[in-house]
Amino acid sequence: MTDAAANGGVNPALRGGLPILTVLLAIVAVWYGAAVWMNAPWVRDQAARAEATLTAPDLIRQTLTLDRPVLPAPHQVAAGLWDGIAGQKITSKRSLVWHGWVTLSATLAGFAIGTMAGIALAVGIVHNRAMDQSVMPWAVASQTVPILAIAPMVIVVMASAGVTGLLPKAIIAAWLSFFPVLVGMVKGLRTPDAMQLDLMRSWNSSPAQVFWRLRLPSSLPYLFASLKVAIAAALVGTIVGELPAGATAGLGARLLSGSYYGQTVQIWSALFAAAILAALLVMLIGALERLTLRRMGLA
Amino acid sequence: MTPVITARDISLTFTTADGPVHALKDVSLTINPGDFVSFIGPSGCGKTTFLRTIAALETPTGGTLSVNGMTPDAARKARAYGYVFQAPGLYPWRTIAGNISLPLEIMGFSRADRAQRIRRVLDLVDLTGFGSKYPWQLSGGMQQRASIARALAFDADILLMDEPFGALDEIVRDRLNEALLDLWKKTGKTIGFVTHSIPEAVYLSTRIVVMSPRPGRITRVIDSPLPRDRPLEIRDTPEFIALAQQVREGLREGHGYD
Repeated sequence: MTDAAANGGVNPALRGGLPILTVLLAIVAVWYGAAVWMNAPWVRDQAARAEATLTAPDLIRQTLTLDRPVLPAPHQVAAGLWDGIAGQKITSKRSLVWHGWVTLSATLAGFAIGTMAGIALAVGIVHNRAMDQSVMPWAVASQTVPILAIAPMVIVVMASAGVTGLLPKAIIAAWLSFFPVLVGMVKGLRTPDAMQLDLMRSWNSSPAQVFWRLRLPSSLPYLFASLKVAIAAALVGTIVGELPAGATAGLGARLLSGSYYGQTVQIWSALFAAAILAALLVMLIGALERLTLRRMGLA
Repeated sequence: MTPVITARDISLTFTTADGPVHALKDVSLTINPGDFVSFIGPSGCGKTTFLRTIAALETPTGGTLSVNGMTPDAARKARAYGYVFQAPGLYPWRTIAGNISLPLEIMGFSRADRAQRIRRVLDLVDLTGFGSKYPWQLSGGMQQRASIARALAFDADILLMDEPFGALDEIVRDRLNEALLDLWKKTGKTIGFVTHSIPEAVYLSTRIVVMSPRPGRITRVIDSPLPRDRPLEIRDTPEFIALAQQVREGLREGHGYD
């Protein structure tokens, strides 16, 4: 059977979207099933106490409309998300836009610090023998320490020094995001081959000229690949930094307060807000990557 | 005439895990201004290594070598030579003009001077009007011509070429050989040229240096009786064929096809 026959009369434009839509629908269906299954014991228990009999449609309807479900149904999360984004003034503490901005600002600050640190270390490693042999093991070690153990220490130590708010979270975000940049840039700065380096040498170029005119432009494809990983890592770092006691703002704090009060819809809404934010950030870097690399003839 | 390059008993031994490798052993050669010298021989005969020692990209372990009356490294720093590799090595993010401009920027030429030089060398390699194109918009032969233009842009007296046309097909190669001869006549540069091809070496050179491996050494130096003016048809003349025969014999006695 040929491809055309397999696709029957499907509009070619839909051919790409159809598999994605199918998977999405399957996930939503499984989710609904799980919501009914996980919330049913509570609904049955309530019915037993009220000495009411439950028909199957009743059971399903009630499991999907609980105030504090064990697992909220997709439409409840969607409603919570919509209410959090569009239903509140964005200055409100109930607004996911406001919490999202708190998280985003720390994420971007941490991402900037992490990226600069990663690039600086990579430049050092590529140009300095001692750094080449000594820095990488420490960088790897830094990433094997669980961030959940580091984050509270950073928050507490910095708070005792009077530094609170954005900076401690940004440092945790930087801690996670410098590493992919470091690894990518060491690889990227070393991509020029022996011939290109020989050419530079034949022109008697200084190390700075080799760096700015050859190594740095050659490394950009690697840098962008790393930045996509790094910005997602920075967001995770920021949210983890918002979890330790005391934080009242940010998606992490929203997650935490939701779990304190059993507000599962709030937890899931915050989770999805974080996921959407991450996707947007990665897409933004992807767009920047395509634009830059195409202009440089590297894509 | 003061020689441009004088090599006396040059040796270069690489230390490897399998013991020392004699890339060059007792290589002596004198190259005069305006010479077109080809180095020919099988892989491992040291022809590329010898070119690289002239360019100070390798350091000999023995012997004396002078380029323009200086040590090779001083000559490199004085920008005495332009080097052309087998691959064009053009930066994809720079236009052809931008690529030719690169060594000029590194050497600190003024903007106006750069523009004028780029125009001149583009004319010289017959790429007039291609300055604003990107490398991917050009054929392989045109890219290699651009890389030759880049090596010419800063007016070094010596042009060192390491199998510059090795990756190109024979038709393009013929055209570029003609163009190179033309360029050599116009500029009067001293050219060192590494090749695998006997016809190419014979067609281009005033002197042909035949080398052989293990250890890398010169087995024969042949002065070409051919005139400097060489149309492509010269390759069908008895003189040309006899010269090619000599080179072939030199190669045969060098390594005996082991």
